[in-house]
Amino acid sequence: MGDVTAEELMAITASRLLADHKVVFAGVGMPLLASAVARHMHAPHLTIVLEGGIIGTSLLPGKLPISTNEMRAAYGAQMLTDITDVFLYAQRGYFDYGFLGAAQVDMYGNINTSVIGSMDRPRVRLPGSGGANDIISLCNEVLIVTQHEPRRFVERVDFITSPGYLSGGDSRARAGLACGRLGAVVTDLALLDFEPASRRMRLRGLQAGVTAGQVREQTGFDLLVGGDIEELVPPSAEELAIYRELRDGPPPAGGDGMTDAKRAGAADPVPAGPA
Amino acid sequence: MEQVTVLAARAEQEATGRPVADKRMTAEDAAGLIRDGDHVAIGGTLYSRTPMALVFALLRQRRRHLAVSRPLACYEIELFLATGALDRIVTSWVGIGLPWGLAPVFRHYVERGEARYDEWSHLAMGLRYKAGAMGVPFLPSLTMLGSDLAGALGLQTVDCPYTGEQLAAVPALNPDVALIHAHRADMFGNVQVDGYRHMDADIAKAARKVIVSAERIVSPEEIAARPDQTMLPHFAVDAVVAAPHGSYPHECYGLYGPDFEHFTAYAAAAKERGPAGALRYVEENVDRHASFDGFIAAAGPERLAALAADARELMGR
Repeated sequence: MGDVTAEELMAITASRLLADHKVVFAGVGMPLLASAVARHMHAPHLTIVLEGGIIGTSLLPGKLPISTNEMRAAYGAQMLTDITDVFLYAQRGYFDYGFLGAAQVDMYGNINTSVIGSMDRPRVRLPGSGGANDIISLCNEVLIVTQHEPRRFVERVDFITSPGYLSGGDSRARAGLACGRLGAVVTDLALLDFEPASRRMRLRGLQAGVTAGQVREQTGFDLLVGGDIEELVPPSAEELAIYRELRDGPPPAGGDGMTDAKRAGAADPVPAGPA
Repeated sequence: MEQVTVLAARAEQEATGRPVADKRMTAEDAAGLIRDGDHVAIGGTLYSRTPMALVFALLRQRRRHLAVSRPLACYEIELFLATGALDRIVTSWVGIGLPWGLAPVFRHYVERGEARYDEWSHLAMGLRYKAGAMGVPFLPSLTMLGSDLAGALGLQTVDCPYTGEQLAAVPALNPDVALIHAHRADMFGNVQVDGYRHMDADIAKAARKVIVSAERIVSPEEIAARPDQTMLPHFAVDAVVAAPHGSYPHECYGLYGPDFEHFTAYAAAAKERGPAGALRYVEENVDRHASFDGFIAAAGPERLAALAADARELMGR
């Protein structure tokens, strides 16, 4: 099975948070991979939605999209529509999960993908929100997956591209963001959530072999620590095999990839690919 | 916030003739409809169904002081910047895609304050075009509230007159010109698209002038055989341009995949030489050819066949 990479650890940990019969609005990269792993493991009726107007995608193993607006993202989809339509389903409340990566996230779950430095004279102009602002504002529960490093976990982001709990307490609701809540943040070190009153980020679980001290060292702010710290179960051989097959394509004959039944989509209510 | 108000756009639409006429013209003539200082909205998204034949024709003509909007902008933005055509970018995201990293030419201009980037959320861009398409000055939404994006743009809120709830008032955008690439169109401008439609229908209906390029110009009978596939009616289209492979090196749903090798070569030049690398790309790929056909011919039949095979695999054909 080999060494588990940080990405594999994060995607598989995050995949377990997605329940069956739910709808997930996923970004490309780890959120999409984690959602696809969930569909092949415990959540065969998880509907994956991508912002390019793609509802109920299947994905062709080894041909994962790098944009949510391309044919690989639409492989085996149940519905193709326009972009605005997809986001309006989110605004209407259909999407159980919004699932994002984050370049920079702060203690209240605010995400910056706009500028390092000031908006007027940025030191680095980043690409921008894309759909992240809308996903975090409109989906019912938001999950964030990102590597645990001090430069990513900052006390206050330089710029709030995508609003989490803003300045904590009830500030998100007061800004008019009546819907949506931040569920979990998954990293290669830990599982975190937001303390209900202050809305500050809180440690809830540790990846196997990681200590709370190590997590604090890699966090650029004072992290709250929950009562019962769960030890997270390492990725299983089956989860890793599915993840790697999705990423790399089917293994050579005799490999320990997905079972034939799963590859054929037998557990799915819809065919795995176009007829 | 924009040059044209919704009511002015509406008055102009009322006064415009809608002859059912042959609207075919070359990409060069169609790009000639665009003026210095215009706001040009580019259809498709990122590297999907970008109207590249029209973009190249516009680049070749070296307009000045343009604003360009689109849902997720790809490296065409850098080409407009490097040729001195662009003052303002209006979108939610600029790059090529995650594997290619940050866009260096875009950074060069925006970080120096030489071009303005109005960053909206993706849905807000969609609602701006939709409001323009609907003929209303704004649309209420629950998005963008509380973010620093709202503050930077001066986005206003509105209280619901029935419930008192606070909503973002996302302003209409009525571009001067829309550039759209489609699978099929007839000479009158009835336009059909396969697959995801991005924001194209709203962009076109919001715009004051609409230029459509199509992979195939088909008969009105072929359009009428599948009317459910029609995205735009003839009276919403001003010019029709025949452009086989008209999105290359970007993808066109069901017909050809994106040419990632082409992106990688561009990205390497832009990273190494900045704006000079992007300008060189325009000279070699746009200026060198009298029309887009020359660029397609230079790509070569083998590469085009491979991209078509990629599309067939994903269509399960």
